[in-house]
Amino acid sequence: MSKNKEVLVDVQNLSKYFKQGKKDLKAVDDVSFKIYQGETLGLVGESGCGKTTCGRTLLKFYNPTHGKVLYKDKDVSSKMSRSELLAFKRSAQMIFQDPYSALDPRMTIAEIVTEGMNVHFNYTKKEKQEKVVELLASVGLTDDYANRFAHELSGGQRQRVGIARALAVEPEFIVCDEPISALDVSIQAQIVNLLIKLQQEKDLTYLFISHDLSMVKHISDRVGVMYLGSFVEIASNKELFDNPRHPYTEALLSAIPIADPDHEMSRDKIELPGDVPSPVNPPSGCKFRTRCRYATDLCAREIPELLEIRPGHFCACHYRKD
Amino acid sequence: MEKLLKVDNLQVSFNTYAGEVRAVRGISFELNKGETLAFVGESGCGKTVTAKSILRLLPEEGSAEIKKGSVIEFKGRDVLQMNEKGLRKLRGNEISMIFQDPMTSLNPTMKCGKQIVEALILHKGMSKAEAKEEAIRTLKLVKLPDAEERFDSYPHELSGGMRQRVMIAIALACSPEILVADEPTTALDVTIQAQILSLLSELRDELNTAIILVTHDLGVVATIADRIQVMYAGQVLETGTSEEIFYNPKHPYTWALLSSVPGLAEETKQELYSLKGTPPDLILPLDHCPFAARCDYCMQICKEQMPDETRLSDTHGVSCWLQHELAPRVKPFYERGEA
Repeated sequence: MSKNKEVLVDVQNLSKYFKQGKKDLKAVDDVSFKIYQGETLGLVGESGCGKTTCGRTLLKFYNPTHGKVLYKDKDVSSKMSRSELLAFKRSAQMIFQDPYSALDPRMTIAEIVTEGMNVHFNYTKKEKQEKVVELLASVGLTDDYANRFAHELSGGQRQRVGIARALAVEPEFIVCDEPISALDVSIQAQIVNLLIKLQQEKDLTYLFISHDLSMVKHISDRVGVMYLGSFVEIASNKELFDNPRHPYTEALLSAIPIADPDHEMSRDKIELPGDVPSPVNPPSGCKFRTRCRYATDLCAREIPELLEIRPGHFCACHYRKD
Repeated sequence: MEKLLKVDNLQVSFNTYAGEVRAVRGISFELNKGETLAFVGESGCGKTVTAKSILRLLPEEGSAEIKKGSVIEFKGRDVLQMNEKGLRKLRGNEISMIFQDPMTSLNPTMKCGKQIVEALILHKGMSKAEAKEEAIRTLKLVKLPDAEERFDSYPHELSGGMRQRVMIAIALACSPEILVADEPTTALDVTIQAQILSLLSELRDELNTAIILVTHDLGVVATIADRIQVMYAGQVLETGTSEEIFYNPKHPYTWALLSSVPGLAEETKQELYSLKGTPPDLILPLDHCPFAARCDYCMQICKEQMPDETRLSDTHGVSCWLQHELAPRVKPFYERGEA
């Protein structure tokens, strides 16, 4: 489906290590994937699996340890000229997880939204005012909010401001880092609807990071599952949820609580034993083998490659190659 | 069935500089032995305040005030009249609580084992050696791996899931009759959440402990709750058995809660049902249905008077004007295929 579309972001063997004493914490370990123009790639996994680091490294918040990120066929992970960097930062924006700490408490909403415009565009004062009203309207806020401060707003309203701020510089690519996990269920639905609407209106491309699988399923075209810094499975949304191949994906899907008691009683649950191992000291071979039902000696010896087992469906498991 | 807890017309207020915040506005419920009751609602709806009031854990000297006319009875004993000594016997021994955040609820300067032993020595009068043996048995009961070794671990050495297991072990050490679990899985990952939930239901079946489960996630409730109370702005809007709430909900807020979570079977990228606006400010007096401002079925009367509770069965009650005989018969939007 997305095959014939243009590749917007091409990630090649990207790694990001953090120093932990003498050891490296491999937050993101040799991942390669593509994000196509106009699609939403969902990124799921448990906390500490490197989802956020992956998103931030794409946007040059961190410099990658190895590998590179091609954005519109241009290498953005190495050194760039100031004008190139400015153009990239305008084009690729981020929406943050916590709407309570992501907004400057001493700036008005209008100031927050126009801050990026001042850097990237030369708008007159009047144009700016018009822009603010337009942006606030597009995220479902009235212009009364322009002169208020963040503390006067509820969580959902703040997240809307966060989205307006990202949209202010007219980006094409937005990394949404857990944009809904700090919000209540009824507000989550509002924000997800808004993100879907904006994507259709402005032809945006999203990297949607979340640990909430049902929301990821709702918003994404393709989904990538991460475990301890590596991708274990990437597939189209339908394929991944209907036909998960990797044992970790299977377990993740079965762990989602569903609001339907009869269904819950009847379905088989795969309970994963134990916790995620430390990324400073990951298991040898397949990183998931310590919690996997099917693990054998082979899994301890060799790292499984992320292979295309079906068109568009990638899976990294020794025993799930067909 | 033996009745353990009776709460009647519970009202709790917080006095702040902005005014009196009426967090809980007249909540009544009963809890039987071995039963699991769930409080479901969004943040600020009074779930946690209700749960904490049962143990009198709110800062009563300071801002919180349990209003006159409220009744909390545990096995016929009036909890609101208890003195500190009585409360100390109640807390941890007869009713115990596990908190949302296992990262901050354990004492970081004490070994895990000691935190369990403490309760056993205090409440059960055990000797140190007995208490240690019992503590290790409890740690095994909650399936903490390497229980003997973990007895001497500090909380920071454990992962989130393991800490929550230690919390549950502390709560269960004195075999309480009621376990109040305040969002026990919210801070945990889905796979760990599944572990903790199945542990809780196993323990309930094994020990016959009654559980009050506070959560905002209807999915969490589906597997484990016998009865559910849907709360909003300090009031119970609908109460019923798990069956009744999931398969025959009557309140528009319950409908909204059930449908704002996307099911895995649903078509993607469709617009999710979402409620307009935000919950009401709890400082304001509310003399009409608290949900009226966000309700799709709001009628004139909803903005004027508080609806009475309509009993649909012995267990199913709903406070909504739509149940009135003069009200139009409406069906939830998702049954009409408009979602």
